[in-house]
Amino acid sequence: MSDIKIRAKLSDDETTVKCLMNHVMETGLRKDSKTGEIVPAHFIQEVVCKVKGQVVMTAAWSGGVSKNPYLSFKFKGGAVGDPVEVSWTDNKGESQSATDAIA
Amino acid sequence: MIDAKRRILLKGSLAAGSVGVAVGAGLLTPRLVLAEWNEAAFHAKDIPSALTASMGSDAAETSDKIKIKAPDIAENGAVVPVTVETDLEGVTSIAIIAAENQTPLIASFELAESALPFVSTRIKMAKTADVVAIVKVGDKLYQNAKNVKVTIGGCGG
Repeated sequence: MSDIKIRAKLSDDETTVKCLMNHVMETGLRKDSKTGEIVPAHFIQEVVCKVKGQVVMTAAWSGGVSKNPYLSFKFKGGAVGDPVEVSWTDNKGESQSATDAIA
Repeated sequence: MIDAKRRILLKGSLAAGSVGVAVGAGLLTPRLVLAEWNEAAFHAKDIPSALTASMGSDAAETSDKIKIKAPDIAENGAVVPVTVETDLEGVTSIAIIAAENQTPLIASFELAESALPFVSTRIKMAKTADVVAIVKVGDKLYQNAKNVKVTIGGCGG
């Protein structure tokens, strides 16, 4: 079970993709309120979005993106049923990906 | 050393504006793109150095063709929805900056040819500040800003 939710919707000639990822997105600047120690950075650095295997958009992020990030983008073309793949890699080298078909 | 050279090569080709095309044509593997997370840009403490590191220049022309959708008042600085959209043609990348954050550059998006110049996400803001959107068209940078009043900061404890 992947932690990325993707919705891709075609309307006219434009496909709108919305996705939600589960991630803590720690900046590395925040202090733990109990111990006073700095919470180590842990955030998504790179998000790659592919449609039918072709890269449509890559996003580079800092820890300034909110926890459990939301991302939406649009692209031209696309047809119902085309696979949209979203994958992320964080600063610890962990990664995840998910695929959904355009509706 | 080989790695360092590859980085220089990548930066050089980015300046020539050919990376986006290469990615679109499937010449570069995603792995190569992934290796490119721009540490200098994201660790920069002020906007000009972040822009120089990420876009190759800090000279951005203000354009009202860039539309930033963000709340006038954000009660919670940890989650500020921001949408950037533009009518400009041939956009290759979009960056989102929160002017008063400790590291202002929040996100940069590289758009392939088929992608429309539209991105939407949610960002953290330390305090009331301008949200700046930078749009790159060819070699030129355009910017626009929108002030967001933050009542509770989203960075730090």
